[in-house]
Amino acid sequence: MIDLFYILIFPGFLFLSIFGLGAEFLDRKFHARLQNRIGPPWFQPLADFIKLSAKEEIVPDEANPSMFRMMPILAITATVTAFFYIPLWSAKPLLSFSGDLIVILYLLTIPTLTFFLGGWYSTSLYSRIGAVRALTQLFAYEVPLLMSIMAPALLANTWSLSEMAVFYSIHPILCLSNVLGFTISLISLLGKLEKVPFDIPEAETEIVGGTFTEYSSKLLAIFRLGIDIEAIVGASLLAAVFIPFGLNLPPILGFLLFVVKVLAIICTLTVLRTIFARLRIDQMVSFCWKILAPLAFLQIFIALFLKGIILR
Amino acid sequence: MHKVVIPIGPQHPALKEPESFSVTLSGEKIMKFSAKLGYNHRGIEKACEERTYTQDVYLTERICGICSHSHSTCFVQAVEEIAAVAVPKRALYIRTLIGELERIHSHLLWLGVAGHEVGFDTLLMYSWRDREVVMDILAMLTGNRVNYGINTIGGVRRDVSPEQAKQILKAMDTLEERTKYYIQIATEETTLIQRLSGVGVLSNKDALKLGAVGPTARASGVDRDVRRDDPYAAYAEVKFKVITDNHNDVYGRTLVRMGELMEAYSIIRQIINNMPDGPVAVKVPRKIPAGEAVSRYEAPRGEDLHYVKANGTEKPERVKVRAPTLANIQTVAKMLEDRQLADLPIVIAAIDPCFSCTDRLTGVRQQGKRSKNVMRWEDLHSYSIKYYQEHGIDFTDLNKKLAKLLK
Repeated sequence: MIDLFYILIFPGFLFLSIFGLGAEFLDRKFHARLQNRIGPPWFQPLADFIKLSAKEEIVPDEANPSMFRMMPILAITATVTAFFYIPLWSAKPLLSFSGDLIVILYLLTIPTLTFFLGGWYSTSLYSRIGAVRALTQLFAYEVPLLMSIMAPALLANTWSLSEMAVFYSIHPILCLSNVLGFTISLISLLGKLEKVPFDIPEAETEIVGGTFTEYSSKLLAIFRLGIDIEAIVGASLLAAVFIPFGLNLPPILGFLLFVVKVLAIICTLTVLRTIFARLRIDQMVSFCWKILAPLAFLQIFIALFLKGIILR
Repeated sequence: MHKVVIPIGPQHPALKEPESFSVTLSGEKIMKFSAKLGYNHRGIEKACEERTYTQDVYLTERICGICSHSHSTCFVQAVEEIAAVAVPKRALYIRTLIGELERIHSHLLWLGVAGHEVGFDTLLMYSWRDREVVMDILAMLTGNRVNYGINTIGGVRRDVSPEQAKQILKAMDTLEERTKYYIQIATEETTLIQRLSGVGVLSNKDALKLGAVGPTARASGVDRDVRRDDPYAAYAEVKFKVITDNHNDVYGRTLVRMGELMEAYSIIRQIINNMPDGPVAVKVPRKIPAGEAVSRYEAPRGEDLHYVKANGTEKPERVKVRAPTLANIQTVAKMLEDRQLADLPIVIAAIDPCFSCTDRLTGVRQQGKRSKNVMRWEDLHSYSIKYYQEHGIDFTDLNKKLAKLLK
């Protein structure tokens, strides 16, 4: 019974949906203010969700209906599952074992794969080009993201988020050595969430809506909610790995601090997506491999250096 | 790799008007590009022949939604040349003033569209916000934001008061400052430069060969501008530079347009400060003597050309419009050679296309048949009668009765 509460209400589906929609509102409003617009009212993401859900559901004739319908649900399930492994207000998350960091990263890759499969199975040309772009992009940002998150874990000598949190609360000064990794993973997260300058898979002026061209109604609404939740989970992961402070506070205060950390990361992503133009896919791939990946290597070397020389 | 043909248009988020492009892709690379014009043919030239010259001024104004003043001025100039009207100087100055204000609003609009095409929506929001300044000025001077209706044969319909002149000068200062900021963005923002530089290259030779006009040609080093080469209105009396650039790509076209904005501010200041006194229009008889004339005008998108043939009545016998986009559209295929799909929207947008103004003719291609036949007016007439007869609407009996009654 209590498990069902965890999964459906808190910190599961319902809480994540509300938090995700709230974060989407913050993102849109802040984006609008930066662009000198007024921006939407606070309930706009929820209103969009309800309105989309009420629309007629259209599945293309040539699409594989079961795959087409399954993908949004798979995307949202994977992101919600990943959230259970992230510590919220204490060092201990809901679920935890010695390799949970890898599992979170794995679960966060699934939405991108569902974008690919969903786009591929909808058989539209625009969707297929978008799908191939999504996968190409995955191979570009995933490696720097993994490496930059690996570095703090190497330093803490563990693959578990809770043990990492304990390690960094003993040595808080060592967090400063991970600033480079934090920057790299923020940029990679933009790629994961398909936001400008990496919104190449759904570039509307080139390929209409990319992967989501054929999606409509509830399926699109679920996909969009899935992306909102993915943003929350990604931001919480970065918060847990790179800014693991205040984990010994009382639950309510600790939880508020967690929310503030996540929203701060979301706002940083918003600023980044406001000030750049969209890159081309070849520019994006060469940027990730030629600049981000070597920098991530540098971060790993810094971690190894500190571990080998100073912490001995 | 497997080749796919994807349709861009007639309905596509990158295009603001219906136009069909078909792109053959190999992966992300463009192998073949073809454009099909004619989705927005409105028969304006024919309609001009059915209306009086005064009515035609308003009709030609509606050829284009952005360079409306360009088309009406071009038409009016041709008619005035046939009728040998001496237009008052103040009227010419006001025409130039509106023309340059129009250039400012068109180029700011283009900057926003270009930003949107490369996914830089912040630039779109900023430049369109500042475009409102010039739109307000135009609304104040003429009463309208786009179709100004200020031209008339023999002059202009509204005068510019000293208070209005003051407001224009003030607005120019604001806009000049903002434009400097945009030039700074265009020359310093890395992702924007990466998306614009080296994209849509059109060499000087190709620009001349394909007959490119306006900023598209000037960004390829073609030093050509009707305002200087064949001055009309008050352009002979103002000092300005013709902006050219040797980048040959979309980046160069951006710089040319931004440079033209700065020139436009200086032209407007000179116009306001040197505007002569006097009447703003002379009376022209309704019937224009027989004759023909070609008029050229440097619209924001390039050289606009109108041909008018008069036959001594109050209606023209023939009006022919060559909008600047028609001259530029051929260059797009050249610019897209060996480029990527991601470059397609910005390359098309970089010529600042205005497809509705370009559509002069509709060719009917029958399904399954290769041959293309052009339909003449009589063919269209008989085709429409046939079409309605097939759909159960027949006026033949009524027409016969009408003919009898008239007898």
